[in-house]
Amino acid sequence: MSQPSASALRFLAIGRLGDIPRRGARCVVVPFGRIAVFRTADDRVFATEDRCPHKGGPLSQGIVHDGRVTCPLHSQVIALDTGLVQGPDEGQVRTFPVRLAADGETIELGLAPADLAASFPQAAE
Amino acid sequence: MSEKLVIVGNGMAPGRMLEHLFETAPGRFEVTIFNAEPRVNYDRIMLSPVLSGEKSFDDIVIHGDGWYVKNGVTLYKGHRIVAIDRAAKTVTSDQGVTQAYDRLVIATGSTPFVPPVPGKDLPGVLAYRDLDDVEAMILAAQSRAKAVVIGGGLLGLEAAAGLRAQGLDVTVLHLMPTLMERQLDPAAGYLLQKALEKRGIEVITNANTKAILGETKVEGVELADGRVIPATLVVMAVGIRPAAGLAKDAGLDIGRGILVDAHMRTSDPAILALGECVEVEGRVYGLVAPLYQMAEVAARTLAGVDGAGFKHSDTPTKLKVTGIDLYSVGDFAEGGDREEIVLRDASAGVYKRLVVKDNKVLGAVLYGETADGGWFSDLMKKGTDIAEMRETLIFGQSYQGGSPLDPMAAVAALGDDAEICGCNGVCKGKITSAITAKGLTSLDEVRSHTKASASCGTCTGLVEQLMSLTLGDAFNPNAVKPMCACTTLSHGDVRRLIQAKGLKSIPAVMQELEWKTSCGCAKCRPALNYYLLADWPGEYQDDKQSRFINERVHANIQKDGTYSVVPRMWGGMTSAKELRAIADVVEKYDIPAVKCTGGQRIDMLGVKKEDLPAVWADLNAAGMVSGAAYAKGLRTVKTCVGTDWCRFGTQDSTGLGVKLEKFMWGSWTPAKLKMAVSGCPRNCAEATCKDIGVICVDSGYDIHFAGAAGLDIHGTQVLCHVDTEGEAIEVIAALTQLYREQGHYLERIYKWLKRVGMESIRTAIVDDLDKRRAYFDRFVYSQQFAQVDPWAERAQGRTASHEFKPMADLTFREAAE
Repeated sequence: MSQPSASALRFLAIGRLGDIPRRGARCVVVPFGRIAVFRTADDRVFATEDRCPHKGGPLSQGIVHDGRVTCPLHSQVIALDTGLVQGPDEGQVRTFPVRLAADGETIELGLAPADLAASFPQAAE
Repeated sequence: MSEKLVIVGNGMAPGRMLEHLFETAPGRFEVTIFNAEPRVNYDRIMLSPVLSGEKSFDDIVIHGDGWYVKNGVTLYKGHRIVAIDRAAKTVTSDQGVTQAYDRLVIATGSTPFVPPVPGKDLPGVLAYRDLDDVEAMILAAQSRAKAVVIGGGLLGLEAAAGLRAQGLDVTVLHLMPTLMERQLDPAAGYLLQKALEKRGIEVITNANTKAILGETKVEGVELADGRVIPATLVVMAVGIRPAAGLAKDAGLDIGRGILVDAHMRTSDPAILALGECVEVEGRVYGLVAPLYQMAEVAARTLAGVDGAGFKHSDTPTKLKVTGIDLYSVGDFAEGGDREEIVLRDASAGVYKRLVVKDNKVLGAVLYGETADGGWFSDLMKKGTDIAEMRETLIFGQSYQGGSPLDPMAAVAALGDDAEICGCNGVCKGKITSAITAKGLTSLDEVRSHTKASASCGTCTGLVEQLMSLTLGDAFNPNAVKPMCACTTLSHGDVRRLIQAKGLKSIPAVMQELEWKTSCGCAKCRPALNYYLLADWPGEYQDDKQSRFINERVHANIQKDGTYSVVPRMWGGMTSAKELRAIADVVEKYDIPAVKCTGGQRIDMLGVKKEDLPAVWADLNAAGMVSGAAYAKGLRTVKTCVGTDWCRFGTQDSTGLGVKLEKFMWGSWTPAKLKMAVSGCPRNCAEATCKDIGVICVDSGYDIHFAGAAGLDIHGTQVLCHVDTEGEAIEVIAALTQLYREQGHYLERIYKWLKRVGMESIRTAIVDDLDKRRAYFDRFVYSQQFAQVDPWAERAQGRTASHEFKPMADLTFREAAE
């Protein structure tokens, strides 16, 4: 689950902090599926693949508590910063770098060029 | 035609016998019990905690009045049988009731032995035998009496400790040189005496009582050596004698007690006897374990089932005095061919002594540290050869086989036939198989199914260890089971404190009740949100982020992340217009599956989340609202067609179902609430497995509740009968409100009933009309804030609908640039 180095990432604006309720999440559609973007009670923002490693549940639909989300399908608890499923269950979900732009409002999601590659066929048309 | 079974005596032994009998031969006997005490069957060995104030009488009741009713037992309370006519096969009570029998069971128990000293009949001289004695002692304690207990055995010392706990000055007089000499060796007896003296109980050994002094009431006790101990209360606890007088008068064979064979049969084939009143194979018994064994045997004899007869085994003795740990079992007399192994730790107050012969344990006395008692007893019963572990035997099971074991491992290491509960003769295998087979998760359940730790309770720790061994993390042994890892408080505590402290928001609850996490977890947040919503209607603002996704988007999430949508169909009725709208929606949004639910609704499965608001808008336009098939709240009211169509219908069941649903929809409850109304007892709406069900009859409405047909299957219980539809609605709404106010989050109504008991619910809803009205009014008040169709709110954009759309789509981003 290695992260590409920061220099190779492209940070793309996906919306504003106010678009996500505190202790809530929304999704971003990407070529390989969906990314869940979470906002915690203290306004930290995290992004993970929107697929629970257990049975593929949409994590963006779960309850957000502290820096964690509980999957809506079978209540796996996942740490948002590492993507690690919390004990006693095991597993890890892919995480993505996410940051607030200088305006403090715009959320930017870091994706590697390979992550976006699937969209290029459209661009080539 | 059932046989007439009459029982004389209502103690623990015949009570247990009946439990076995009802299990093996249900309906075979018509049972009548005569109890000289004016009360139900209670746990006599728990009288000591009642005396010390640690328990109340209600805590120690074994069979409440309801048990007798349920099993069709006629119980004559306060009737002493004065004569048995064996020729006519009748018994006659002191109140003049004569009852015929086919089979008679004598269980008259024992009477306290009172030494024939002058003054023994003075007011203020009591025995320690039943609740009346305990109540008399508690009464005496209120007048700051000074008590003398004659007898330093098990019973006397428990009485002394209990009286001391009630604040009396207590002196124990014991005839022998050391206390409890039949169960303890002198060294342990000495330690026990020291411990009692430390608690302020004076102990005089070698004390031979000469007379009880006093003119009109007790004033003191005079010893043979001339000493006089002042006293206003004297408790005789010298010993017990089998109460065999009635049997003797009836001409039955008598030894020290009523003579019975190993199958509990007396010399008259129609008459059995069991308990402390009998003598079997030369022995009489006073501890509960052998009495329960007799109960099992007697039940088999009555039922005509073959099985083992009564067999003597040594019963361990434990003293039920809080803070004093004492255990003894077997034979621990010294002898030329016997060896002893002794461990003394004076500073820790520990004394252990094992008596061994031919490498086998004969007896054990443990003082101060008794955890290994069961293990030693097991070694003794099995005759295990202890040569290999002789060096470390006295240190206990943990020190066998190298590294010390933790207590859990020690329990794990026990064989399936190891006895865990001595009182009830329950072995490890029976407990673990009951836990697994019956899905037991709480100590109370294990007690009710297996009886393990249900009598004296000293093996509770062992049973709990077995439970956590069998159940793993699913078992939490703490009496207070916390809501979740964020708090140490239970659901009950949290509900109480929300009210008591007037807490009206989730942050306020977490702050005031010292939550351990900053914003809770997925277990506690939905629970708190419900409690606040239920307790402060109109004041508390629902916290959407603390709701499970289904309640947030008013649809049920499916395994692939799509949703299912269920519109409400009041009472299960629908129309062409509604069906047409549903058909249109299914086609328009390309919904892959449509299905009928068990609750008489139509379910559209596989709806994409993005489509939900539009689906709702279309259904709304046809007059339909959310069916709340996702809610911890009112789900459905199923009905049959009743008097509208059915030739058997007795009432308008459809109409009542529709009225109930229109009145109660939108209400949140601790867990889902499913209802049904059947128009006659044929019960086509299956009302008797619902959370609340109504069975219409000619004379009105039978209101049922607490059924279940899911993980557990339970038929409902009848709450009451009412004459009118209006009353039915009032009772059901009041019942729902009581459940809303008392239920723990996710606790179904049948579990709530099990926890709080039928009596408290009937009292509030059936017996007390003012209370019922108050609950009803509170329900009506909260409904004005609850009956808002969530679909309409969302579809009309009154609440944020952005959740349903992705916040960004990066798929075509590169192309667009």
